[in-house]
Amino acid sequence: MQITLDKFTKRFGDVTVVEDMDLTVGKGEMVALLGESGCGKSTTLFAVCGIYRVDGGRILFGDRDVTRLSSQERNVGVVFQSFALYPHMTVAQNIGFPLRVQKKPQAEIDAKVREIAALVRIENLLDRRPGQLSGGQQQRVALARALIRRPAILLLDEPLANLDAKLRLDMRAEIRRLQQETGTTAILVTHDQVEAMSMCDRVAIMDRGKIVQFAPPRAMYDKPANTFVAGFLGSPPISFLDGRAENGRFVAEASGVDLPLPSHLASLESGRPIGIGIRSEFLDPSSTATVSGKISFIEAQGREDLYYLQLPDGKVVRGIQDAAHSAQLGDAVSWGVNTEAMLVFDADGNTL
Amino acid sequence: MEDGKRTWHIATILGIASVPLIIMYLFLVIDTVTDTTAGSPIPDRFTFEHWRFLWQRIDGRQSIWLVTMNTFIFAASTTVLVLAISSTAAYALSRLNMPFRRFFLAGILVLHGFPTITLIIAIFLILNMIGLYNTLIGVILVKAALELPLGIWIMKGFYDSVPWEIEMAGIQDGASRFMVWRVLVLPQVAPGILALGVFSFLAGWSEYILPQVLAPNANVQVLSVYLAGLIADDLNPDFNLFKSVGLFYMVPVVIFYLFFQKHLMNIYGGGTKG
Ligand SMILES: Nc1ncnc2c1ncn2[C@@H]1O[C@H](COP(=O)(O)OP(=O)(O)OP(=O)(O)O)[C@@H](O)[C@H]1O
Ligand SMILES: [Mg+2]
Repeated sequence: MQITLDKFTKRFGDVTVVEDMDLTVGKGEMVALLGESGCGKSTTLFAVCGIYRVDGGRILFGDRDVTRLSSQERNVGVVFQSFALYPHMTVAQNIGFPLRVQKKPQAEIDAKVREIAALVRIENLLDRRPGQLSGGQQQRVALARALIRRPAILLLDEPLANLDAKLRLDMRAEIRRLQQETGTTAILVTHDQVEAMSMCDRVAIMDRGKIVQFAPPRAMYDKPANTFVAGFLGSPPISFLDGRAENGRFVAEASGVDLPLPSHLASLESGRPIGIGIRSEFLDPSSTATVSGKISFIEAQGREDLYYLQLPDGKVVRGIQDAAHSAQLGDAVSWGVNTEAMLVFDADGNTL
Repeated sequence: MEDGKRTWHIATILGIASVPLIIMYLFLVIDTVTDTTAGSPIPDRFTFEHWRFLWQRIDGRQSIWLVTMNTFIFAASTTVLVLAISSTAAYALSRLNMPFRRFFLAGILVLHGFPTITLIIAIFLILNMIGLYNTLIGVILVKAALELPLGIWIMKGFYDSVPWEIEMAGIQDGASRFMVWRVLVLPQVAPGILALGVFSFLAGWSEYILPQVLAPNANVQVLSVYLAGLIADDLNPDFNLFKSVGLFYMVPVVIFYLFFQKHLMNIYGGGTKG
């Protein structure tokens, strides 16, 4: 079912947390709300499922206006960040609770519980209590409980935040598989950009209660709307340099950087203050346009190493090189940059 | 507790320190079934004489069984009232966004700190006026009311520790607010209910001042008042009888503790396990 937020506004007292937010999530689509802590992601999610009352605007499920409906009338499955399992019930009772509320016969509940437990692969845990489960298992139980009613909409509030790195990787794929298998429309709240990009069809980046950009992950990574988005996406983070345009080149004297602008921006008027963004993978030994500096830090990452290249004025450009690369800490180097891929921003930080 | 070897000397010291207490209790028990010749500290005759209150009325006093029944009704009713009201009122104070919440919370604390005895005359007058003086119902209402501030406060603490998200999950699962409270929240505060229940019952069982002042009538007498009546009788003091009734009065408390000991330990352990 399609979810539409139309000028959604939420205040706590006189603090406006979310203002005039517009967002449309298509049927069967999975969308990530990505942003820093406190930007209003959970608030938005809780408004969609009806826990928070809306202070302005409308929320639509399909064509139905649900703004004034109670949570119970919305049929939305929610997975909370802390999982919120019922500690005094067994796993089977937890998962079956939504059906018990609907006063379904016990035999039917049991059958459905077994079916959904198989889907999330916890059939052998049904008699345990939440306290006897690992984090990943609890996560699956929470997911099963949210899915058992076959909700048209599934909301996930940082469902993977409590898991360790390895498990997080597995569960990412697992959740995505379930969402696609059941054709559920889903919103995933996260502050982990990798999670957002790897799991979702589209990503909405939020900053202080506003959506800054809403696009598919690849498009957003390649064409971020501004420096905020560019800085948020990508690991290691992008490196920014400030300077000005000069005859089709980017010049930053203090940093000792002089690079040709991407060809579509070659005609930028001279003297205009601009900034560039260099992602670590833009460092390209075959390029003749180079930045020079001293290697100030090396971070081993296994297959490749992350180098911090310190420019004369102290600014740092991060670059990834094969682990076989021979540069040592303190070496002075000149590295080529793939200037066609370089991101260019105006003085306000918007992408040119 | 598994490591018995390390704790044995502590146990010994505590044991020695407790000897006088144990001897006193021992004598309490022995005295109820023996007689002692005046002047001698050692009892020399065995008798059930002091337990005669069990099968006969003492000097025109009320039958002990009626008095025990009254005490039980008194303690049990207060407990039920305190539990019913605390568990609901505390939930409202802990969770619902109701008007005057802060005012109520502050009021509860003030009431809890208020010495009962200063209220007793006013309560006496009120009960008299509404016709509940010298009735069990009257004194039950008063006792429950006075126990409530503490009860509500304790239960609020337990409710506060139940994660908010569990309730929201219940609501999302389609349950009504009431069902969420009854099926999801109440079981989590069960240790609190149990503790409060035990404490209320024991407080009711041992209450003296309120029944003494508000329900002294023989028909509604409770054990504490009966016991006090025995010793207040200066004309024929019978200390062994007094001790026997005292022991009789104490036994349910001991049984109660033995029975609920495990649960009470659970509460102090702070776990909602099981
Ligand atoms: N009940 C509340 N009363 C007042 N302010 C609130 C309340 N809930 C949230 N806020 C404020 O609203 C803002 C957004 O909160 P929200 O929980 O939506 O953040 P979030 O994006 O989910 O952050 P996180 O990643 O830390 O979970 C925060 O600044 C927070 O302080
Ligand atoms: Mg949040």
